[in-house]
Parts: sequence; structure tokens; C-alpha cells
Amino acid sequence: MAVDYAALKKGGFMRQKQKNNFSLRLRVVGGNLTAKQLAKIAETAEKYGDGHVHLTSRQSVEIPFIKLDQIDEVKALLGEGGVEPGVCGPRVRTVTACQGEAICPSGCIDTFALAKELDERYFARELPHKFKFGITGCQNNCLKAEENDLGIKGGIKVAWKESDCINCGVCEKACRTNAITISDGKISVDESKCNFCGRCVKACPTEAWDTVHGYIVSFGGLFGNSISKGETIIPFIEDKEKLMKICDAAIHFFDDNANAGERFKFTLDRVGKDKFKEKILEAYNG
Amino acid sequence: MADFNIDDTVDITDVVCPVTFVKAKVALEELDDGQILSIKMNDGEPVQNVPRSIKEEGHQILKLINNEDGTYNLIVKKVGD
Repeated sequence: MAVDYAALKKGGFMRQKQKNNFSLRLRVVGGNLTAKQLAKIAETAEKYGDGHVHLTSRQSVEIPFIKLDQIDEVKALLGEGGVEPGVCGPRVRTVTACQGEAICPSGCIDTFALAKELDERYFARELPHKFKFGITGCQNNCLKAEENDLGIKGGIKVAWKESDCINCGVCEKACRTNAITISDGKISVDESKCNFCGRCVKACPTEAWDTVHGYIVSFGGLFGNSISKGETIIPFIEDKEKLMKICDAAIHFFDDNANAGERFKFTLDRVGKDKFKEKILEAYNG
Repeated sequence: MADFNIDDTVDITDVVCPVTFVKAKVALEELDDGQILSIKMNDGEPVQNVPRSIKEEGHQILKLINNEDGTYNLIVKKVGD
């Protein structure tokens, strides 16, 4: 029987140099695995692989040296620990995330919750080519949002709350973009300079800021054969419903317009960024 | 500046991150709850980051004073365990 490599790839099995050996990619969301999952992955690698796993560049785990005729047993064993195969090929890939607000003091959004939501919504969705989501919690950009087809970066939009301010002066220095100036005890924020990093909020001793936690979304990033930085259309998206509408619009645009094997960036270049911008603004305002 | 009764001072201009914060933290540990420490720090990285770290430790920041010589004094009230 001929081996259907495309079907195997879809199920996360990647052909190795070594004949009849496959590296099994696992489904990981936002870079998190439970101890139970890890134990089952270890057991599988011992029993069906050669005793090692590989951590991929995008937060997944691969178990190499899986034999073709043992695929069903491998899947069953992994399933006992709540571990599923991942995907490769032309579809929505692993949604990556930093630790975000739930763990990291710098985080501005709950990246893991968002990764789970995006994974549930889009994971393995068939498209003309691979499509990568990456979520980073703040401007430190540990997760490199702009190298993804769709990158999401957390941010905080601020407004000064005069009644709670003790005029200590800390925020003016905490700001790295010189967006904050204090004169005669009044604080003003230059919106053209603010990058929503939230450092003023995190440093403020009296929580004298009204805050909106939101998203900075970039489109068309690449970091492979070609390298390109994803570009932002809307400076700051203040609610998740709108974010989801925008993600839907981007995926639909890619699905409707891309040639087979064409990454999002090249679709945007070929079809026109203005046309795409129109769709995104429509989703945002609609 | 006269608004604060400073109980102790510490100069962290002679060290770099992350020792800046460690030195300030040690100085705060020496104080009693409610006492006030003045921390002298350099412009740049220290004044961007040390106040936030002090806040995250649970202490109360009262004022950041610009000494107009490339250094700042951060006035902090110790909040005990």
C-alpha cells in the first residue's frame, strides 16, 4: 500500500531521513503542557521512539523515530495523557504564546487564555498555505509577534486619574518613549508617542491611571526562506470581540485570495494591502 | 524634599542592574515598618526600573526627586511583611 504522506503530515507525522521513521509533532497550545502530559510524552518516546524528544522553534514537541506501523498505538498511548497529535502542512499551525499576564509581571493580556481560544477557533483549519498565530503579552515581545502571519501583542491604553495621583514623578521616567510630561502637577500623555507598553501603570505607586487592556495586531510576518516583519493596520484594538472579528477577516482574506503554497505576506503584496486594509477596517467598524 | 523625614539613605549609583534593586531591597530590610528610605540612583535604566521593582515588593513610593545632576532620589516608605 502506498503511503499517503500528505495525510500523515496533516496528522502531525513528519517523514524522517530514516526510512519508515516519522517525527510526530504534538498539539501544544501557548507553550504550556501539564506534568501529566509530559509524563505521557516521555513514556511514548521511551516505548515507541528512541528515548528523546525535540522542542520545535514554535513551542511544539516532536517525538522522532516513530514507526509507521505503530502509529495507532502511539496515538492511543498519548491520548491516555490528554496529548493529541499536532499538524503540519497548509493549515493553521500551533498557536504560540509567552506566559503573559497570568504569570509575568510585564504582561498586559492573558496570552494563554487567548491562545486557547484561537486554537479552538482555528487549529488545523485548511488554508492555501501554513498560517501562524503568535501572541506576546507586552512590548518586550518575547514571543516575537511580528514574525507570525498574524501576531498579537498585548498593550495598555492609559488615561491619567488626577484624583489618585500623588505627583511622585515616577511615570515620567518609567516611560521609554517620552510620551509623558509633567508640568504644574498635571500629567499629559502624548498619544502619538505612547506605544501602550504599560510601564507607567506598572510603576505607579497609587494606580492613578484608568486603563484599557487591548491588542496590537500585525499581519504578514515571515521568518523562513524570506524574512519580513508583520505590519499593523489598527494601532490598538480595545476589545476581544473586535479582535476575533479581525482574525476571522484576515483568515477569510487569505483563504479567498491566496494561491496554493503562497504565504500571507505574498498574498497581501500581490492582491494589494489597500484591499486588505479595507476588509480589516470593515471588520473593526462593523 | 523637606516634606519627608528621611530615616535612612542608600546610594545605588555605584552598582548596575540587577544589583541596584538588591542593594535597595537590603537597605529596606534594615528599616522598620513605616520608616522612610531615600534611594539615590542614576538616570536611565535604574530610574526606569527600580521604582517599579520597589512597588512590586509592596513598599510605598512617595516621591521621585530629580537632583538635576543625572541622579534621582526615590523616597520610599517601608511597608512591613
